[in-house]
This record gives sequence, structure tokens and C-alpha cells, in this order.
Amino acid sequence: MGLLQAKSDALAARLAGRTLGQGGWLVAVQAAALDRLRPMGLPGKRDEYWRYTDPTSLTAVEPPKADLFDTKGEARPFSAIDRLKLVFVDGVFDSVQSDPLALDGVEITPLADAAGTEGHWAAGLYGMLEACGQSPVERPLAALNTALATQGMMIRVTGRPSKPISMIYLCTSDTSDAILHHCVKLAPGAELTLLENGPAAARLNKVLEVDVGEGARLHHVRTQGRDHQRRAATHIFGSIAAGALFKSFTLTANGRLTRNEAVLELLGDDAVAHVAGATVGDGEFHHDDTVFITHAGQRCESRQVFKKVLKNGAVGVFQGKILVKPGAQKTDGYQISQSLLLDEDSQFLAKPELEIYADDVKCSHGSTSGAIDETALYYLRSRGVPLKAAQSLLVLAFLAEAIDEIEDEAIADDIRDRLEGWLQRHEH
Amino acid sequence: MLEIKNLHVKLAEEDKVILRGLNLTIGAGEVHAIMGPNGSGKSTLSYVLSGRDGYEVTEGSAKLLGQELLDMEPEARAAAGLFLAFQYPVEIPGVGNMTFLRTALNSQRKARGEEEVSAGDFLKLVREKAKALKIDAEMLKRPVNVGFSGGEKKRNEILQMAMLEPKMCILDETDSGLDVDAMKLVSDGVNALRDAGRSFLVITHYQRLLDHIKPDVVHIMAAGRIVKTGGPELALEVEHNGYADLLAEVQ
Repeated sequence: MGLLQAKSDALAARLAGRTLGQGGWLVAVQAAALDRLRPMGLPGKRDEYWRYTDPTSLTAVEPPKADLFDTKGEARPFSAIDRLKLVFVDGVFDSVQSDPLALDGVEITPLADAAGTEGHWAAGLYGMLEACGQSPVERPLAALNTALATQGMMIRVTGRPSKPISMIYLCTSDTSDAILHHCVKLAPGAELTLLENGPAAARLNKVLEVDVGEGARLHHVRTQGRDHQRRAATHIFGSIAAGALFKSFTLTANGRLTRNEAVLELLGDDAVAHVAGATVGDGEFHHDDTVFITHAGQRCESRQVFKKVLKNGAVGVFQGKILVKPGAQKTDGYQISQSLLLDEDSQFLAKPELEIYADDVKCSHGSTSGAIDETALYYLRSRGVPLKAAQSLLVLAFLAEAIDEIEDEAIADDIRDRLEGWLQRHEH
Repeated sequence: MLEIKNLHVKLAEEDKVILRGLNLTIGAGEVHAIMGPNGSGKSTLSYVLSGRDGYEVTEGSAKLLGQELLDMEPEARAAAGLFLAFQYPVEIPGVGNMTFLRTALNSQRKARGEEEVSAGDFLKLVREKAKALKIDAEMLKRPVNVGFSGGEKKRNEILQMAMLEPKMCILDETDSGLDVDAMKLVSDGVNALRDAGRSFLVITHYQRLLDHIKPDVVHIMAAGRIVKTGGPELALEVEHNGYADLLAEVQ
């Protein structure tokens, strides 16, 4: 009882003084989220699902202070890519810095505006996938997000827009505490590339709900802010219909604490879901990828590809699960989580899981952690490649399988450039 | 070109002495072959010269064009003009063969204070050299040596040599694992690189390779030093009589 009490006390403290409800349909939806959150309370470090990552700073009433990162005038990610820019400053949408919310084949509405519109389509998605994702494992931070969010974008895609939508999260305050909740719904056959970059806040709680309709395709690529002390708990809840595709890639370089959860369900037959991550951490760095993919349809394909490069005591965590439901025959599930430990102080904790209730499936998983291959290093050096360049080449090679999950070459090149820059700045 | 004097080497982590006072001088434009029974220290010599970890030089020197190799990092030795064609070329998943070649070439040029080769010029150069070695575009795109057959790996070594244009080439059992046709292809590749400013040290077990790559000097190595030196006829003698007689005669 003591534990449970602590968790609900933490929640009560977090909710104290908050006014809930935005008006319109959102009032009832947020009240429902609060109702499912109350019996859970906030996560504690004794929770099995938080065994490798201490949630204390994510659940605390105030976020720990996070010094702002000086990018020294370096171009932001995706700068060279033609895109529709939506800018958030400290977690608040800034329409002045953003492009007009107009793009053929897409309807973009800020959460507050959508909430004030009776019969808005988002009323049927906001919080729905998050609620489904609470079982079989509770995700209280996501329910908290649904209950409290006042900011976010409701994006409905009915065609194939000519350029990506790009969310840019600026952080200008070292004590900012942002809650963002986005919903993306793709009509059958629609297609979208969604980009995200930036820290958003000293502490960020973000939920992205994606409903990918039949035969639709959603490509998602994000880079999380490089601020060394920032903290983030993010969730992606995805529902992928028959013949649809969802691919998500995340680059994480720096950050004191990051927990990225992806909860995806392949609902229809022949659906595809790929979720990948490339992570580089140096020093006080804790990164947790927690993935739960459910195969409900037949002949669906899922891939989880997570690569982490860790040094100077950095910690990487992977909890990945593939659940194959009864009847989900011909499932093709693949899961790989690997870490490259550049010294003996860093550590990688992995918990791969498979749970299969169909008899005609192909599921594979692998998890490794190791050091740089000394023989390959010698081979490169014997050809004249200097030690540090050779190490960088091998680190990038290690990350390649995750980056290869990005289909757009220009975006993939941007990610590679960022990683090369990071490696140069963090040479041994 | 290469001058090795009284070289003594032991394994760094155990007290096993491998080279015991090896002396070898190779002049510019010369091709030398080293033959010798298993365990005589041939491969160790090539590793020590190229700077592989795990060996400790206890005595002696090895100079390339007057520069002491043994004090240099492996990459500096390469930039100075040393090249080792590996007996077992290393597979590097995730690094494309082209990226690898271009990084190597430009790293060496940069180290020597030369201008880097542009992407266009590089592409032209690599295609031309690859064609002569029957290396197709597909092989150039693949990760370094990953999924290559034994013959492809050895051809890829010679391609690297052709691209990097080293001054001193060491071929460590380049003939091992090659069929007759592949050996001819590899040998032709090597012979095409022979010129007055480039020297070769060919390490092999068999005289066969030396039919294709004709040496000026043949050395017999045993127990960590060179015990006999002669002309190409020495290789034939080994082929016919084996090492036993030769070694008995020396002792």
C-alpha cells in the first residue's frame, strides 16, 4: 500500500493547482484520462517497467533546471529540406515564427482550436490510442499528458502533400516544463513525412498518436535536442491499418534523461511498422527505448532497430516486445538492439521479449553489446586512415542499420552529418 | 627502399620470441620474395612492419626511405608509402568499399600535404583500376570485403594497392585461397604496378606465385631470421626438395 500511496501522492502533487479542461469535447476526454490515471498514480522506480530508468525527475512537481545548449550558430536539423514549419517555443505554439497552416492535402489545427470546434475529427482520436495502449502495460506519463495537454497539433492528411510537416521545438527557458500532444490521422492512401527536432523544454512530456488508414504511409523522423541536461518522456501510439506503413526514426544525441516509448498495433493485414533509433551519449546520459509492437493482422511486418553508442559512463536501455496475437499468421517480426561501448564505464541494459500466440510466424531478436573491432581499426589505419577518423567511420558503420531505416536520402544524409559532427566533437 | 636491421620481436602478452635478428635490405624497384616453413615468422614480419598491436620490438630497426617505421603509427607508415596486402582481408560491415577507398586515399594525401582527390576524379580512377582487376560496380558498392569470396577479397587488396600507389608493397600470402585464374589476375595486377620507384616483398609458401610475379631476390626464413638468400632458382629448389635439406645445410 505504501508504494501505491507514494504513486498517487506524486500524482496529487503534480495535479495540485492545475485547472483542467480546455472547453468543448476535450473536457470530457481529459476527465476520462484523469480517471484512468488516478488508479495508476505516477511511475516509481520500483515499477517493473521502470526498472532500468529512474522516473523521479520525470514525475517531480518541478523539472530540474536544464542549462540551454549553445549550438554556436550551427544549422538546425532539416534546414536544407523544403518543409512546412510549425514552431513551438518552450512547448507553446508560435504562429508568428511558423508557416501558415496551409498545405494541400492536409488540415492542421492547434489543439485548443480543435477543442473549441464541435464535431472535430480529433475528438475521435485524441487520447483514444493512448487509452488502448494502457494495456497490458500501464503508461501513466502518457495518460498524464492526455489529461493535461493544452498544446499540440491535430493533423489530418487526406492526400499526398508536396512537402514534409516539420515541428521545431525551441527551448528558451532553463526551467520550462512542456506537455505536447499531437494527433496525426492519415486517410486511406494518404502519405506524409513528419519531422520533429529540438529539445522543446527543460522537461518534455510528449505524446504522438498516429492513425494510419488503409494503404496510407507515414514517415516520421525526429532528432531530440542536444541540451545536455534536458529530460524527456515521449510516447508514440500508432494504429496501422491494412496495407499501411509507418516508419519512425529517432536520433538522440545528449540529454540527461530520455525515455522514448513506441506502442504500435498492426491492426489490418499486410501492414508494416518500423521503429528505429540511433543514439549517441557521452557522460551523464541515460537513454531508454521502450517498444511494444502488437501484431493483430496477418502477413504484417515489424522491425525494431536500435543502436546506441555510449561513452564516459553513459547508460542505454532497451525494452522491446513483439506480441503476436492469435490468428496473426505469417507475421514477420524483427528486433535488434545493439550497443557500442567505447569504454568500460558505460553500460547497456536490454530486455528483448517475444510473446507469440500464432503458429505460423517468423520472429527474430538479437541484442549485443561490445567494443570497437580492433582488427577493423588496424585494417583502416594500415590504409592510412588516422585513428580518430577510423573510429568515427566504424561508429557510423555501427549505426548504419538504424539510419538505413530512413527512406528519404536527403533526410538520412542530414542525420549522418549530425552524427559525424557529434563524433568529431566527442572524439576520444 | 626498405632496410631492416637486426630485428627482434616478441609477442607483447607472452614471452614468445618470434623474430630473432632479422636483416633485410630491398632496393628501389626490386622484388624480393620470402619463403619459409610455417611458424618461421613471415606473417609477424609483415604485421610488425605495418604496425599491428600485440607485438613488441625488443631490438633493431626498420627504415623506409630512411624513416624509422617502428616509431610511427600505422596510418603514418601508410602515408609514408608502406602497404600490406593482408593474408586475411578484414570485413567491415557498414562501411562501403568506395567510401573506404576514398577515405584512405585522401587521408594519405592529406598527411603528405597533397590536395585531396575530388569525388569525380576519384570515381574515374577507381572505375579504371577496378576494371583491370575485373571488379564490378556491385563489388565497389558493397561493404568492405563483406560477403566477398576469397578471390574477390584478394583482388580488392590489389585494387587498394593500385589506388594508393605505395612505394613499398608487402604481399602476405596473397596466393593463399586463390585458384589458377584468380592468381593470374592478381599477379597481373601486381606486375602492372612494378616500376623503378616501387618495391615489393612477396611472402609465400609456394613457388607457383613466383612464376607470375618474378622476384629478383629470394630469401629463406627460418626460426625468426633469414637463413639463405639467392636468386629465383632458390624458390625452385624449395619447390623440388622442400625446406628440410635447405635448413639442414644452413645449420
